[in-house]
Amino acid sequence: MADTSVKDPVEFFVTEDPHHHDGGDHEEHHHETGTMLGFWIYLMSDCLIFGILFATYAVLGQNYAAGPAPSDLFELDMILVSTFMLLFSSITYGFAVLRMDRNDLKGTLVWLMVTGGFGLAFLYLEYAEFSHLIHLGATPQASAFLSSFFFLVGTHGMHVLGGSIWLVVLLIQLSQRGLTHENKRRVMCLSLFWHFLDLIWIGVFSLVYLTGVLL
Amino acid sequence: MASQAHHGTSASALDVHPFWGKLSWDAFPFHEPIVLVTFIGVVLGGLALVGALTYFRLWGYLWKNWFTSIDHKKIGIMYMILGLVMLLRGFADALLMRGHQALAASGGEGYLNAHHYDQIFTAHGVIMIFFVAMPFVTGFMNYVMPLQIGARDVAFPFLNNFSFWLTVSGAILIMVSLFVGEFSTAGWLAYAPFSGLEFSPSVGMDYYLWALNIAGIGTTLSGINLVVTIVKMRAPGMDYMKMPVFVWTTLCTNVLIVATFPVLAATLALLTADRYLGTHFFTNDLGGSPMMYVNLIWIWGHPEVYILVLPVFGIFSEIVPTFTGKRLFGYASMVYATCVIMVLSYIVWLHHFFTMGAGANVNAFFGITTMIISIPTGAKMFNWLFTMYKGRVRFDVPMLWVMGFMITFVIGGMTGVLLAVPPADYVLHNSLFLIAHFHNVIIGGVVFGIFAGIVYWWPKAFGFSLDPFWGKVSFWCWIIGFYLAFMPLYVLGLMGVTRRLSQFEDTFYSIYFIVALVGALFIAAGIGAFIVQIVVSVMRRKELADETGDPWGGRTLEWATSSPPPYYNFAFSPKVHEIDAFTHMKREGYTRPTDGFMPIHMPHYTATGVVLAGLLTVMGFALIWHIWWLAAASFAAALIYGIGHTFNYNRDYYIPAAEVREIENQRTQQLAKAAD
Repeated sequence: MADTSVKDPVEFFVTEDPHHHDGGDHEEHHHETGTMLGFWIYLMSDCLIFGILFATYAVLGQNYAAGPAPSDLFELDMILVSTFMLLFSSITYGFAVLRMDRNDLKGTLVWLMVTGGFGLAFLYLEYAEFSHLIHLGATPQASAFLSSFFFLVGTHGMHVLGGSIWLVVLLIQLSQRGLTHENKRRVMCLSLFWHFLDLIWIGVFSLVYLTGVLL
Repeated sequence: MASQAHHGTSASALDVHPFWGKLSWDAFPFHEPIVLVTFIGVVLGGLALVGALTYFRLWGYLWKNWFTSIDHKKIGIMYMILGLVMLLRGFADALLMRGHQALAASGGEGYLNAHHYDQIFTAHGVIMIFFVAMPFVTGFMNYVMPLQIGARDVAFPFLNNFSFWLTVSGAILIMVSLFVGEFSTAGWLAYAPFSGLEFSPSVGMDYYLWALNIAGIGTTLSGINLVVTIVKMRAPGMDYMKMPVFVWTTLCTNVLIVATFPVLAATLALLTADRYLGTHFFTNDLGGSPMMYVNLIWIWGHPEVYILVLPVFGIFSEIVPTFTGKRLFGYASMVYATCVIMVLSYIVWLHHFFTMGAGANVNAFFGITTMIISIPTGAKMFNWLFTMYKGRVRFDVPMLWVMGFMITFVIGGMTGVLLAVPPADYVLHNSLFLIAHFHNVIIGGVVFGIFAGIVYWWPKAFGFSLDPFWGKVSFWCWIIGFYLAFMPLYVLGLMGVTRRLSQFEDTFYSIYFIVALVGALFIAAGIGAFIVQIVVSVMRRKELADETGDPWGGRTLEWATSSPPPYYNFAFSPKVHEIDAFTHMKREGYTRPTDGFMPIHMPHYTATGVVLAGLLTVMGFALIWHIWWLAAASFAAALIYGIGHTFNYNRDYYIPAAEVREIENQRTQQLAKAAD
């Protein structure tokens, strides 16, 4: 409202190029904020998917249908190991981002590879756990508890798998083009994704495994 | 559609051909005359269309200028075309039902067997919500919102194109189900356990699941895109409280989309797992809970209703001030009402199943929250009325639709409050009263709003107005048709007639169903008149041309540019100082800059969205028919193609200043001519 009292004729158009003082650098920065916000919102929508799966587990997780219960199935020590695999991978991803901020391509690549290694270790442990359960006859088809267990934990695992594929693609792109603006943005997006999966796993570990065995 | 029921659908689950999956000649409707004739008609029509496009060499033009376009305006128009095409299909289902019920309630048997009838009411609901109403409102949000905030495109233009084609992909799968196999019989929300493998073993349910899963991803992505666009790309000076109300409702709608469509995705994924992997989320046995499904699907489903109606409230909020020549009464209260509706829409879902037995306290809570929603909605209604009060109302066609809406929607809202009272709901639940209620709000609200918006923004999109005579014919046919078609349903519902019935013992109800059929025929005439309106207007486009870019005396920024707008929308980004930015510009006597043009940064067109959505359509079809190799192959191809797309770093370019100057000079001449 205050603008209308200005004496000069009101300006209705942006007649100066906001980008022309530098060669495109500024503008990509401008675009980046949109991408990060968009990726955040995507993560929140993904969070809702997990929210539904958690809710489903909370409602159906005690419908054992005369089959095995969590305390019959889960081995907490192995779960603790895979939890640490994922936690370490988040720390090493953090190191990769720190290296990236110093424009150290090689350091970034190395820490990303270490991250991927931990991710694969986590995936292997999950695979081993699932095949063990299925071998015991505790299949997703056995009861609503197992259906919701496999779906919640498996969806998280599929996300880690997807993140790992993305990581490999990003490693290739980084080694091809280096730490360009686009690539930095992608590293930051995957970083958000990776930490987000860590957070989800904390929920899985607490709600499914700890309360399942200890309560 | 009913072809498969007696052809061993349950047996075919056992023997799956390694190459063809469950697909066999039995899947095609050779033994079902109604479907076969439709099938032949569609094939001939399709061949004629393809032939015409080939003859006039339009494929290249369509591909280069439309299918691969990431211009939000073209994508918006494509959404509208999708909505219109699917409206014809969904309405054909409605006519079939009305005709059948009128015969079946008058002592005959009608022409549809029960299985076919079940597919038709399911298809009607699914198509009308997901592939008519959603594309229409998404089309408006895509086309209008970036113009209203003075932006050149949406935040993620490629994603926008991809979202559109995913929606098309879902629509294609639904259309294919008409002729290959059958469609779901489980109603538009596919309640478990009926939608599970035990009671619905056929491919119909799988068509439903994969169509909605794929289209739903597109909707979610589009929601993210539009939220970021509004948050990040508003013209300088446009604070949140200076945004046009349509932008506000678009924002709230897309927040709702992002916050609910993942729920739909997860819920349908769980049901899909029950059907494909044999899990027990929603089954009757081994600990599954069908009630869980009903809760989850409505946690998405109720906000979905507001996803449809909020943008339309925005459309009305643009039209009423324009055609009364006054600023909107109570802008701030309109914004708050929109936000309150957005939040409340999350805490009312249980009113869809009061009868499930959650208990008196739970029902009371959800009954009261439901009634509370009518307060902000009522506030909106009063705001529109007070805007008109002492205004100079011009009764152009958009305004007719608005007034038809106001009267009709209030009636629908009141029957909604009636249904929100749990004891009353116990009587009216699942009756035709409910059917009348939600058609009352969806037709009276969403559909009338869509037509109002089409007439209102058509000149902006195409550079000429729609013929008012045929617009009025369409309006009167629709409104008369609506009341004839649905008022009898209220009466029938109060008398206890339940929904989804295909046979009637008692001919007492005959007259009501016949009146409803007459109403449906009036609506058919209304749709026909709308199409005539478009054809007549295209033929008379010279007389109806809009040279000024501002045919109605508009108040918001989309009217500040030419009709149709150049592909970069604005040569110079607008600066905003007030609500109704364009009215302010006109009042201050702004001058349009005619030189000093600069290069404009724009994204390249890309075929990636079409190709990816095409591959996912194939994947969906393969999964429906258990053709596992094809599903795996098309998924892998989509994954590799998608990853390949990320290796393309050359995504944008600059429109040279000379080109901008040339386009703007033409506009200057056009304006000079219009002023003469």
